[in-house]
Amino acid sequence: MLNIPCPHCGLRNETEFHYGAEAGVAYPDPNVLTDIEWAKYLHIRANPKGWLAERWVHFAGCGKWFNLWRNTITHEIGLTWLPFTTQPKSPAPESYRNGQEGSKA
Amino acid sequence: MNTQDTLSPGTIGRRKAVTLPEQPPQLWRNVKPKKAYDAVIVGGGGHGLATAYYLAKNHGMTNIAVLEKGWLAGGNTARNTTIIRSNYLWDESAAIYEHSLKLWETLEEDLGYEMFFSQRGVLTLAHSVSDVRSKKRNFYANALNGIDSEWLTPEEVKKLVPIINISPDVRYPVHGATYQPRGGIAKHDWVAWGFAKAASDLGVDIIQGTEVTGFDIRNNKVHGVHTSQGTIAAGKVGMVAAGHSSLLANLAGFSVPIQSRPLQALVSPLLEQVLNTVVMSGAVHVYVSQAHKGELVMGAGTDAFNSYAQRGGFHVIEHQLAAALELFPIFSRAQVLRTWGGIVDIAPDASPIIGITPVENLFINCGWGTGGFKATPGSGWVMAHTIATGAPHELNKPFALERFYTGHLIDEHGAAGVAH
Repeated sequence: MLNIPCPHCGLRNETEFHYGAEAGVAYPDPNVLTDIEWAKYLHIRANPKGWLAERWVHFAGCGKWFNLWRNTITHEIGLTWLPFTTQPKSPAPESYRNGQEGSKA
Repeated sequence: MNTQDTLSPGTIGRRKAVTLPEQPPQLWRNVKPKKAYDAVIVGGGGHGLATAYYLAKNHGMTNIAVLEKGWLAGGNTARNTTIIRSNYLWDESAAIYEHSLKLWETLEEDLGYEMFFSQRGVLTLAHSVSDVRSKKRNFYANALNGIDSEWLTPEEVKKLVPIINISPDVRYPVHGATYQPRGGIAKHDWVAWGFAKAASDLGVDIIQGTEVTGFDIRNNKVHGVHTSQGTIAAGKVGMVAAGHSSLLANLAGFSVPIQSRPLQALVSPLLEQVLNTVVMSGAVHVYVSQAHKGELVMGAGTDAFNSYAQRGGFHVIEHQLAAALELFPIFSRAQVLRTWGGIVDIAPDASPIIGITPVENLFINCGWGTGGFKATPGSGWVMAHTIATGAPHELNKPFALERFYTGHLIDEHGAAGVAH
């Protein structure tokens, strides 16, 4: 089970959270999109092998959405950040090996 | 059907220990890749091997290769819970899965290879009023599509599966079930070996330990693949890479609506035969069967998050076992021998994507998510047709990548549930 650092409540078990997939997907103006662009907004989400910026909601705690970097190979969790704030840079690809990117919630 | 699988439904007890037949001295030829092929299949799992077999058998394309980055069938083909059924809700799904089930019924004769295909029936339980409503809807839809399906009362369920708890005072009481008698299980690794052997015998090159690192695409047309063993020219390329499909698609310059998630399963040690049919329950997130040698095989729901790690959280296993124990109190005496995870490729509508791509002569087969094993022969059949003719088979036309842009989704999420 993941231990997820909620920016408001601290480190909690994964079972207190729901997953929200890729972070930072801007809501587009449907009136100016082509069908293909709209379908991409609806259905296509990042699915990288490595670091993924993603959303979680602490439904059994503060109930708030936030974002974090998580590695999809090692499950290591990097920095968290709040919605509408600047997304921190992706941890270095090899950081999980030298342990430099800890949780900084 | 395997003749050793003689325990009739509803009976408990010992049966003759299953002795597995001897393997032939060679299953497939281990070869070095040639410089060029008429077609290359990326991914040496069940679906990729079935695609290669039907390309050779149905379409006479024998100058082809299957490239596998790891070892043959080391991914989801060896990690699933081996359930085979075709009782899907929507017409499009019912058609392709039923085609697959029909192929299963003669596959051992066709390939000349034992796979322990056992039509012991698949029960899908309903635990609430709304569950009953949706399962009955499914049952009627199956009847309209000519798929064998029955509606069973709790007492009939109990008759079929004597160890099941149908007491009304449990958290998830059994209110009834759909039953597909032609459903069942097969020995998954043998399925892969059978397809590999038959394909190899027809001249297909099966090449393990060779990872595709890119595509040779010029003027929007694929001319080959770059691999860890150098570039291999190919007239046509089929991607059949399950959980790694979106990564491959990105290498070819397009996107697929796939999220890769861990799906876990587990087995118990070998036990006496107590369960002679497959029992699935979407509502309580468990599906269970008892394999030929006697181990209970159970599957869970997917983990919540994207991952390529082939492992998941233990709380998912706990949840699954809690449900299994309530349904089958006798399982409290069993132990968990081993748990594992596979990376499943989930599409927004929980239906597969099989067909052409934005790149000419490059074809894709993915999105089988949590339910791909049962589709192995059918998937290979239609993918081979698509590659050979350059256009989809009638059965996979509705499953085009294009459906996400036209909106013609085949929403099996509610219908298939977690227990796919």
